[in-house]
Amino acid sequence: MRRLLYLLPLAVFGAVVAWMAVPLITGDDPRDLPSALIDRPAPDFALPGLPPADGLATADLGGEVVLVNFFASWCVPCLAEHPLLTRLAREEGIIIHAVNYKDAPEAATGWLVRHGNPYARIGADRDGRVGIEWGVSGVPETFVVDRDGRIRKRYTGPLTPAQVEAELLPLLRELGR
Amino acid sequence: MSARRLFVAALLLALLGPATALAVNPDERLDDPALEGRARALSQELRCLVCQNQSIDDSDADLARDLRILVRQRLVAGDSDTQVLAFVTARYGDYVLLRPPVQPNTYALWFAPLVIALIGALGLAVLARRRRGRPVEPDPLTPEERAKVEALLAEAATTGKEPAEPPR
Repeated sequence: MRRLLYLLPLAVFGAVVAWMAVPLITGDDPRDLPSALIDRPAPDFALPGLPPADGLATADLGGEVVLVNFFASWCVPCLAEHPLLTRLAREEGIIIHAVNYKDAPEAATGWLVRHGNPYARIGADRDGRVGIEWGVSGVPETFVVDRDGRIRKRYTGPLTPAQVEAELLPLLRELGR
Repeated sequence: MSARRLFVAALLLALLGPATALAVNPDERLDDPALEGRARALSQELRCLVCQNQSIDDSDADLARDLRILVRQRLVAGDSDTQVLAFVTARYGDYVLLRPPVQPNTYALWFAPLVIALIGALGLAVLARRRRGRPVEPDPLTPEERAKVEALLAEAATTGKEPAEPPR
């Protein structure tokens, strides 16, 4: 019994190592933070459009399950997820609204002409003030907004096909029912 | 002063520069020194979400600048310090606070060191008590030890010599 007590520090050390190893093995990024807005109504905002697309405001959310994607033409990871968003909009029929974050309108329009426009509505957030309302810390970020206009999920960084298959599509199906 | 010394002095001076530079740009500062002071104090409480281990007061990130301006706008609009912090945490969560609030989900963070120290102190107290309670005399001899001692004594009695070294 006494002998076992001497092994206790080793056991505690082992437990700490295991606890720290988990995110390394599963690839969970500790910088991935849950949004403070989960299950809360989308913030109050109204943004002018990015011609020719209409603008985006709180009133446009709700009624249907939609994605709200924060993007910018200067953002390289946004370009990386762009084909995936395009596929979701075209093939899965998912409504994707966008907030064009801290971007010059001409640059954003040119970018959409070059890479295609999967977005239904686009709000131009030139000074990033609406980004702060949504608790955005960078682009791209993608929010799932349900039929009641509530934020249900946030993805920081570019969406990946694996995330979409494993999480996003099942969540959208569940919310759409 | 030799040219070399001058060079070293200039180098040291240049090294001093960046260390004391502030992220707060002159155009962000408020004219009212009292408000600006509160803004600086609040900015030091808020985490920059891009660099994560810097305050927005220290950070050069774009978002940090936006948040510094936002803090100043709220103060000018008449918000109290707690209202400003509440405004930012409502959007970014408690994570933006560099000093985590004491609430149920942070109890482990705040009190674990205290609990661990208490456990340590308790362990030390128990150990000290055991030490004190222990008799000062050595443990009594086992039967084998006693037999060994008696054999030695008997040997000494017959030879008339003390054994040079007790066999172990």
